[in-house]
Amino acid sequence: MGFSKEQFLARLQELQIEFSQYEHPVVMTVEDQAKYVGNSEGGLSKNLFLKDKKNRFYIVSALADTKVDLKVLSQRLGLGKGGLRMAPEEALGEVLQVPLGSVTPFALVNDSARNVSLLLDQGFKGQERCLFHPLSNDMTISLNVCELDKFLRSIGRDSSYVDLEANPPVGKDNPPDLAALVPSDSIVLPDLPEKAASLQAPPKAHVVSNNKSTEITAKATEPSRKVKNVKDKPVNSVQPSSSFKDVGQFVEEILDKTSALLLSEITEETIKQHGQQLGVVVSNCIRERLASELKTDTTLYMQTAYTEGFHVARKMFQSTDIHHQFRCL
Amino acid sequence: MDSKAAERGASENEKETPQEQEQEQVVNPWEVAAKEGGKIDYDKLIDKFGCQRLDPSLIDRVERLTSRRAHVFLRRGVFFAHRDFNDILDAYERGEKFYLYTGRGPSSEALHLGHLIPFMFTQYLQEAFKVPLVIQLTDDEKFLWKNLTVEESRRLARENAKDIIACGFDIRRTFIFSDFDYVGGAFYRNMVEISKRVTCNQVVGIFGFIGEDHIGKYSFPPVQAAPSFPSSFPHLFSGKDNLRCLIPCAIDQDPYFRMTRDVAPRIGYHKPALIESLFFPALQGETGKMSASDPNSAIYVTDSEKVIKNKINKYAFSGGQDSIEKHRQLGANLEVDIPIKYLSFFLEDDAELEHTKKEYGSGRMLTGEVKQRLIEVLTKLVERHRRARAAVTDEMVDAFMAVRPLPNMFN
Repeated sequence: MGFSKEQFLARLQELQIEFSQYEHPVVMTVEDQAKYVGNSEGGLSKNLFLKDKKNRFYIVSALADTKVDLKVLSQRLGLGKGGLRMAPEEALGEVLQVPLGSVTPFALVNDSARNVSLLLDQGFKGQERCLFHPLSNDMTISLNVCELDKFLRSIGRDSSYVDLEANPPVGKDNPPDLAALVPSDSIVLPDLPEKAASLQAPPKAHVVSNNKSTEITAKATEPSRKVKNVKDKPVNSVQPSSSFKDVGQFVEEILDKTSALLLSEITEETIKQHGQQLGVVVSNCIRERLASELKTDTTLYMQTAYTEGFHVARKMFQSTDIHHQFRCL
Repeated sequence: MDSKAAERGASENEKETPQEQEQEQVVNPWEVAAKEGGKIDYDKLIDKFGCQRLDPSLIDRVERLTSRRAHVFLRRGVFFAHRDFNDILDAYERGEKFYLYTGRGPSSEALHLGHLIPFMFTQYLQEAFKVPLVIQLTDDEKFLWKNLTVEESRRLARENAKDIIACGFDIRRTFIFSDFDYVGGAFYRNMVEISKRVTCNQVVGIFGFIGEDHIGKYSFPPVQAAPSFPSSFPHLFSGKDNLRCLIPCAIDQDPYFRMTRDVAPRIGYHKPALIESLFFPALQGETGKMSASDPNSAIYVTDSEKVIKNKINKYAFSGGQDSIEKHRQLGANLEVDIPIKYLSFFLEDDAELEHTKKEYGSGRMLTGEVKQRLIEVLTKLVERHRRARAAVTDEMVDAFMAVRPLPNMFN
């Protein structure tokens, strides 16, 4: 479950983080918030919850006056021109676990947000104090940036301060300067695919439905086997790109599929039916049913590994500005 | 791989005069229409084009040479015609390898099952024979023929590349290229050699170009012919001018490659061999046409389980009888039944297919059951494709499309 405002504030106190708090009626916009806390010392923040086309999420937290151009940011992250857009409402609840209008860097305290990338306006550093919502938009807290950094460190996060108004050129000779801030993992939300598809431009096959990854078996009478990881990590089982890079995960998935099939084939009935031959029967069955799928998965694994190798090699021989940084001996 | 209008055929083995053709079925890269709303007569087609039927002995030979069961498309006669495939097999037996060449005209983002068929088969050929493959994305062609900008056609090419990659090609032996990126150098030199050996009258004859057509169209055919020659890919086949080429494609592409085969000996290369497939029928039946404007005429790789179920149940043309009693009595008409046809493409189990045909044909099995089974099979297929597609990154596309050596491409 997500942290409540009270739990979060208690945590701040435990960490001996110095902050002031201001209660006010629920505010949905920065303008409204300014009405209540605009006079207090500190830079008011605006917080954007964004997602890219590959279901990776970002919080951009900036001073209210800082101009944030999503197109520029998208290019600087290496997502191309139209890669970033506002995340859908459902994602707010699922990923950040905060109500509408309460986006805040502090939402990263929730485990569900572990793959969300945080971009902080370097303008915060020039302020005595900064104002954020503490997981709920009926309160604002003000604290020094150092205290914010202290909090982020406590949850194992780095503070990435970015000049959000900068617009450096991005091209063949100028790699996207913020590319390192792109999360390595995407987050696929349950029951979202149909809605997500209608929110986005024409068919993007990237959104793979979590709940719909059921194996349709050869015979209609067979129980349907779920491709889901038996350890029930819904996010991981539908992220092909990560399981095709992680050996452990890859092997786990193969073993899950095999053991699921094995277990479904060994029943009282089949034992009675085949007796001592059951081993041979099940073995053949596994081979027949899984061969094709395992081949597909392994091909993807191999393709991913090759692609990584290819890009490393390309990088090694591409960089002209860092003379002889990489060498083949 | 498209071109326009009535096919007349440039050279090899053409028997009919233009007048005789008008009353017949029409098959060319642009148009496929059966006679009087009937079915395509493939025997006549083979006869007219002058290619050969793929007989069972060739299939046996493939199984022996590759030490594995022939692909379901071969067993069921989906790939049913060829030119010089036996020469390819003869050479293979002698230890002489070959390379595969196929392609796609990236005109839309959405691919349907019909589009996947040549790629699924090519993937099998690559795996079974362990040979390299070049895949041409004719983005220039689509720009020339359709209302697209250059940027848009290049973008579509990359998007289509992802679906193609999802078919499971071996990245260690596959080179994907877009015309806009790759044409030049040795490839272009071959294009010009080819252009010098094909007359305006010939392309008008094959593709039906007219005086008002812009010159881009006239100059396109050599682009699609060039990949048939190994010297077009110096980074892959340098020094291997004798390497043979096998082109898996749908039979409507035959006129195109007849032109190429005609030119080949004149510039000192082997004629490319062809292995050709039937047309994949639209959901509404063989007489119907799969069209991008009617999403219900085909199953798309982006269709969800629900959509597939709905499309099959609602639109798949059934050969079953109107009432259950009549059906039990007369059985289904397997000749026109679409679910059975689709199952013969995609249901791997020969025994199950035979059984289903028998039961359905005799009336013991109902249409609903057959459709249900088809929905299962297609859902599994589409699901697997989607899963693979989701794992294809832009970086992976870059790697497939990089002009790079492919060491061990024959191992």
